[in-house]
Amino acid sequence: MDLSPELGKKMYRDMWRIRLFEEEANRQTSLGSVVGALHMYCGEEAVAVGVCGNLRDDDYVLGTHRSHGHCLAKGAESHRMMAELFGKATGTCAGKGGSMHIADFSLNMLGANGIVGAGIAPATGAALASKLRGTDQVSVCFFGDGAAARGTFHEGIGLGALWKLPVVYVCENNQYQQWVPRMNVAVLDSVADMAGSYAIPGVSVNGQDLVEVYEVAGEAVARARRGEGPTLIEARTYRFYGHSLGDEEQYRSSEEVEEMRTNHDPITTFRSTMMDQGWLTEEEDAQIQNEVRDEITEAVRFADESPFPTPDNVTTDVLAPGQEVA
Amino acid sequence: MRELTFSEALREALHEEMERDETIFVIGEDVITHGGPYKVTDGIAERFPERIFETPIAEAGIMGVGVGAAMAGMNPVVEIMYMDFVTCAMDEVVNQAAKMRYMTGGQASVPMVIRLPCGVGRLLAAQHSQIMESWFMHVPGLQVVVPSTPGDAKGLLKSAIRSPDPVLFFEYKRIYTSRGEVPDGEHTIPLGQAKICREGEDATVVAIGPMVQKSLEAAVLLEDDGYDVEVVDARSLSPLDTETICESVSRTGHAVVCGEDSSFAGAASEIAAMIGENCFGDLKGPVVRVGSPHVPMPFSSELVKHVVPEVPDITDAVSRAMT
Ligand SMILES: Cc1ncc(C[n+]2csc(CCOP(=O)(O)OP(=O)(O)O)c2C)c(N)n1
Ligand SMILES: [Mg+2]
Repeated sequence: MDLSPELGKKMYRDMWRIRLFEEEANRQTSLGSVVGALHMYCGEEAVAVGVCGNLRDDDYVLGTHRSHGHCLAKGAESHRMMAELFGKATGTCAGKGGSMHIADFSLNMLGANGIVGAGIAPATGAALASKLRGTDQVSVCFFGDGAAARGTFHEGIGLGALWKLPVVYVCENNQYQQWVPRMNVAVLDSVADMAGSYAIPGVSVNGQDLVEVYEVAGEAVARARRGEGPTLIEARTYRFYGHSLGDEEQYRSSEEVEEMRTNHDPITTFRSTMMDQGWLTEEEDAQIQNEVRDEITEAVRFADESPFPTPDNVTTDVLAPGQEVA
Repeated sequence: MRELTFSEALREALHEEMERDETIFVIGEDVITHGGPYKVTDGIAERFPERIFETPIAEAGIMGVGVGAAMAGMNPVVEIMYMDFVTCAMDEVVNQAAKMRYMTGGQASVPMVIRLPCGVGRLLAAQHSQIMESWFMHVPGLQVVVPSTPGDAKGLLKSAIRSPDPVLFFEYKRIYTSRGEVPDGEHTIPLGQAKICREGEDATVVAIGPMVQKSLEAAVLLEDDGYDVEVVDARSLSPLDTETICESVSRTGHAVVCGEDSSFAGAASEIAAMIGENCFGDLKGPVVRVGSPHVPMPFSSELVKHVVPEVPDITDAVSRAMT
């Protein structure tokens, strides 16, 4: 395993940051503090964390409507993200974006996205920019299995492959597209198999296993950085919650969800790996969880105490400062 | 008369039309599971299992399939989950559906309905809240319909389905659960007919979608100021019922046009310009528009409340129009 104990611990912590951030955000919806959509990433943590574990600060990440995990894994601050979900002026997007549009350009996290499949071509474009500037920055685009049906998937990956751009396409195949089981509306089970159409490598990994994701993504990122072009990774994963708030989940059985939560929780799996390696003790585990809990408590306090944006903010940010809005 | 919700009325229209005409089919994302995102397509899979297609996330594909099937003699009803995503299928709507009849010298007919849940609902920000009526009004060959009540929703959807040309059917998400009287059985409302919802002598308020109900509420408040306001529901934006609107404005001498969308280059602007051009001699004041500022929909509720126009914006506008 080419993973160091330090990075292992960081990634273990990051999975907990995502899990506890979201569980708290979900709880805040019932209190009315968090409003709008909340697409929970819980269950899929190993994908964002395993991929981002290979990235440099200056690498680009683009996400989806389900991007709390991508943002946190890229290093976004939980208190500013929580403030965004609260619609506060101190949020990552000043209260203008909300859960589906969190972005942090200081981290080259170029944004979650409310439009399915919308990040694929722009991630390719960010990779083109790296190539034009002569840097070796890599772009990563996360997207769901549903996005693989969109034209943007084919057009975006087609261009990335054509120009051998430094980009890694990461499909989070959680087997559902909103309320529809993937195989009700798809002919190919594996999204990785689609890579052949663009003559790029396509790899399927167990997205519940952080080590596997980390290693496969590591190769893809290195390949991109060497200028050898894109890779399409399919992470087979599962979301523990419904599609978004208020999902009745009639399309899947509670047994299926229970089975995944009990036997395929990426955090539990990686904790065992860490302990087997002798990289994590019970005390360290408890300490990490406590520290993350404190971080999230602090995030809520910050969000709660932050002011809402003021009415004059309605018309700012439409165009660059100084430009008139009609 | 019995009352139904807006979405129940749409569902009834769909069921009745599908019963009447075997060429009608429904296509869209998640239209079977849970009875569709807004329950509008509920029960269709059970009753007409061969004529409902739950699709992958592929708006351009869905729309293009609709266009082709329509040219080949079918009557598709396409559902776009949030109207914002129609932008992913603009070629199919604008270059294909809209222009086929004209480009083919009248040979092609594209009898399809594109259902567009629109506007602000739960707080979903800029990519799930748009309205964009005027985008499609601007395209010759398309018809744009905006029901504001359950009864009109049923009557207009039936007429839209029977139209030989494409119809963009705007459904404001916020009024899906509103209730109102809906006639049983056959009930159609011709496209291109506005409706006078309240008669008045002092000013005409022309309203679109949910702004109709708000205008009626504003009209009640304005009674206290001594203004007797007429409220006209545009209902159909293209074709536009210029006759009903101009007759009303010419009678009252004052006009306010209310839409929920940004009034800059919006549907209300076209109506206001039409009034200015046709009723200039009868107007006793400026034609005033009510709409949202020209900004994307923000997320924070504290910002949204300064974007979506409400009753006080209408009463203010009427006062401005009258002075
Ligand atoms: C272009 C577009 N079409 C439809 C939607 C509505 N929608 C939001 S999420 C979603 C399902 C996405 O499935 P998938 O890509 O597998 O991602 P997952 O939610 O499973 O993470 C749909 C249909 C959208 N946001 N954008
Ligand atoms: Mg999915």
